[in-house]
Amino acid sequence: MEPNTQQVKEEKLYRQMGMTDEEFEFAEKSLGRLPNYTETGLFSALWSEHCSYKSSKPILKKFPTSGERVLQGPGEGAGIVDIGDNQAAVFKMESHNSPSAIEPFIGAATGAGGVLRDVFSMGARPVALVNSLRFGDLTKARDRFLFKEAVAGIASYGNGIGIPTIAGEAQFDNCYSTRPLVNAMAVGLINHEDIQKGRAAGVGNTVMYAGATTGRDGIHGATMSSAELTVEEDEEFPVMQAGDPFLEKLVMDACLELAKSDALIGMQDMGAAGLSSASAEMASSAGYGVELNLDLVPQREEGMTAYEMMLSESQERMLFVIEKGREQEALDIFDKYGVEAVAIGHVTDDKMLRLVHKGEVVAEVPADALAEDAPVYYKESKEPDYFKEFQAMEMTEPKVSDYKETLKALLGRPSIASKKWIYEQFDTHARRNTVVAPGSSAGVIRVEGTNKGLAMTSDCNARYVYLDPETGGKIAVAEAARNLVSSGAEPIALTDCLNFGNPDKPEVFWQFEKSADGISAACLALDSPVISGNVSMSNEVNGQAVYPTPTIGMVGLVHDLSHTTTTEFKAAGDVIYMIGEADLAFGGSELQQLLDGKITGQAPTIDLEVEAVRQKALLAAIQERLVSSATDLSEGGFAVGLCEKVFASNGLGANVTIPGSAVTALFSETQSRFLVSVKEEHIEAFESTVKDAVKIGVVTDDEKISIKNKENVMLIEGTVEEFQTEWEGALQCLLNLED
Amino acid sequence: MKFAILVFPGSGCDVDMHRAVHGVLGEEATLIWHTDAKRLVDYDAVFVPGGASYGDYLRPGALAKGSDAMRYLREFAQSGKPVVGVGNGFQILAEANLVPGALLQNKGLKFQTGTSKLIVENATSQFTSEYTKGEEITLPFAHQYGNYYVDEETLQEMEVNHQIIFTYQDEQDHGSVAKIAGVINKEGNVLGMMPLPERAVEEILGHVDGYRLFKSILKKVE
Repeated sequence: MEPNTQQVKEEKLYRQMGMTDEEFEFAEKSLGRLPNYTETGLFSALWSEHCSYKSSKPILKKFPTSGERVLQGPGEGAGIVDIGDNQAAVFKMESHNSPSAIEPFIGAATGAGGVLRDVFSMGARPVALVNSLRFGDLTKARDRFLFKEAVAGIASYGNGIGIPTIAGEAQFDNCYSTRPLVNAMAVGLINHEDIQKGRAAGVGNTVMYAGATTGRDGIHGATMSSAELTVEEDEEFPVMQAGDPFLEKLVMDACLELAKSDALIGMQDMGAAGLSSASAEMASSAGYGVELNLDLVPQREEGMTAYEMMLSESQERMLFVIEKGREQEALDIFDKYGVEAVAIGHVTDDKMLRLVHKGEVVAEVPADALAEDAPVYYKESKEPDYFKEFQAMEMTEPKVSDYKETLKALLGRPSIASKKWIYEQFDTHARRNTVVAPGSSAGVIRVEGTNKGLAMTSDCNARYVYLDPETGGKIAVAEAARNLVSSGAEPIALTDCLNFGNPDKPEVFWQFEKSADGISAACLALDSPVISGNVSMSNEVNGQAVYPTPTIGMVGLVHDLSHTTTTEFKAAGDVIYMIGEADLAFGGSELQQLLDGKITGQAPTIDLEVEAVRQKALLAAIQERLVSSATDLSEGGFAVGLCEKVFASNGLGANVTIPGSAVTALFSETQSRFLVSVKEEHIEAFESTVKDAVKIGVVTDDEKISIKNKENVMLIEGTVEEFQTEWEGALQCLLNLED
Repeated sequence: MKFAILVFPGSGCDVDMHRAVHGVLGEEATLIWHTDAKRLVDYDAVFVPGGASYGDYLRPGALAKGSDAMRYLREFAQSGKPVVGVGNGFQILAEANLVPGALLQNKGLKFQTGTSKLIVENATSQFTSEYTKGEEITLPFAHQYGNYYVDEETLQEMEVNHQIIFTYQDEQDHGSVAKIAGVINKEGNVLGMMPLPERAVEEILGHVDGYRLFKSILKKVE
């Protein structure tokens, strides 16, 4: 028997649903009476951090979200930016961290599935997937298991539905051990007139349900994902929602066909908090009410209660509103694809979400109270002690005795090593538009029917963010933009996935606040607004938070596909240029982690003005077709960047001379730097376009890497093969460790 | 020439094939939803595209084999007109016994994407006349069930009948018997192959060696 209204209050049953005493009182006040069990469930789910952003809202408000190109900012399923020719790019990034920590295969798979629904619920055809992964350093069997399964899960969903994964990144650090971060981004294309919104408008119009049946899986997923993970033996986890890419493909194709019909009023996917959030948010955003007859909801199991149906997070389900009298048109479309669709309610004018089950009204709550009026928390923020300590440290150059062996060791670090083991499991070329596949700075797809491209990347160096959240936030955005520029694209907008620890800890909240400030500053400096995003809090295991990881997913416009530029050197004889000088930047560097086993000190500094000027200059040179190859310098510094340009080139080498102190020149992670190669005949034009580019050497055909200093002393010399073997084999080697 | 592209639920690479045939070669190509398969008879050639028909449930291609559409595809094949199955399309043709052999899981048991170097073993088939025998070509692949299996006796028969069209030249053969990448039926009008020629018809996407496969079919029919 379901508890009665009195029991919910007296036995404080709302606490099991993740609500505080204050929140329950707040709900009671907004309702004017005590909420019953089902209503309490609705409040708890819609007011979870995942759905309401109650702790993060005051911070998120600070993000720049508007711009000339922005057609839809944060608040809908996905953000939309204009890309010219009446077309727009639609994208969003989402976390699926908690499910992936429990059941990595289906957790990661449903992450991809969910964010794809966010995109096609706007009426856009998804054209590419990007992912951002953070795992423990793979020395523990549990982390290897989580990593392998999560990659396989993402592959199964993306490959199954036939959408290419064209970019991504993976970093490994033990702060993510047993608590991985799995962030998925989907990018879609749409013509302006086809843009749909999640609105339930027009009294009497029909509310319809399509897709999978509703089961008891994922109940309270939104609440769970807003809670910390405690690892204890024999603990019971909730039943996880499993994904079905086959069904999603059919649902997607049907929804995109439906989106072309003027009978459609609005559409939203049933993601976090399922039917509750879809119905309440669609009603609230349109200023109407919705009445649902739950007897009509397709159910997977017998005897499901209203509470269970509303809180289920069964996957591959969509809610939409159809003009009254035209339901058959929608039914015919879904029938063609063999997808179940059914009318389950109608739009009302009383702004209430009303649920009828077995002839009785079982819940009646103002839609705005659920979707809009969640309490907002202004959390306490406190600068952590470690920050003062790190800021006060004097940074010195690390001592390295053997440069060559150090470079090899860096190339074998999982965060730097080749990610081929991951992306060769993804169908990177499905739909036949992939111009640049994973392995370069950013992925690039052709915009069908035009000569334009969309470049995309995801980035975040969480070590920098931990050492200095504001600077780290700036760097995350700047690095993403650098990756796009290196690929020949103009950065136009970004989505974010803000992964943090428990926001009730003032030090964690401070990290959140400061990194958001950094992101905002970089967005303004680089002219790229935030158009969508996601917050994932309480990424902690047994009280220990992960590094603050505000992942940035960024999209750029390649104005002409002939501008597309990749990482690898193209021809012997091309001149190698470095843009930006190295200085002492070892705080949070791969070298520091390698030598000390931990990170300390100050994060690399960044000057956003310098960053913007260099990005603009390089992009101009690329657009004038003066640049043969380009890459930004990031983890591991110059030597690693040079190697990557050689490895992908198939048979080339490099001979360079670098200025300054060897360790800094080779391994420092100084920001705002690029490494490019230029054909002899373009040297003059290139140098006049990119003023601070310095010639450092030449591409060779001897399959050797040689790096000298200004005094002509050889610092590193070896065959490409020696270095490449380390870099290519590292991930597989770690994964082969005995469990 | 009129090409039909037979689309089962989940055949996600139908668009890839359509863009190659219509968008790049400029030929008439129509997506035929599986419930309309009786219309296949109106076309000159049928492509069975890649993807994951019926979600690859049970076994890739197994559920498509049992669908009503298969009757019309079989009739079309028996009429002698060309049928090409790529990726999942090959798996469907093999399940339906329209070409010999079966596709098992890759020897690494994982989905794999990449490009393979192939050898054209038979350049006299209606699908390969624009190539030369022994020529090395590069085509992309993307599959989890690309490990071709056939028994010894059938293999010998296939060799005698020149039914082996493409073999893998490099190590990326996924475990396939005799490194087989593509085969035809005894009559020579049905081709199944795991590498994806439709993804190799444009310079900007990296590879062009698939183009001549389509040209070969056009030449034969015209």
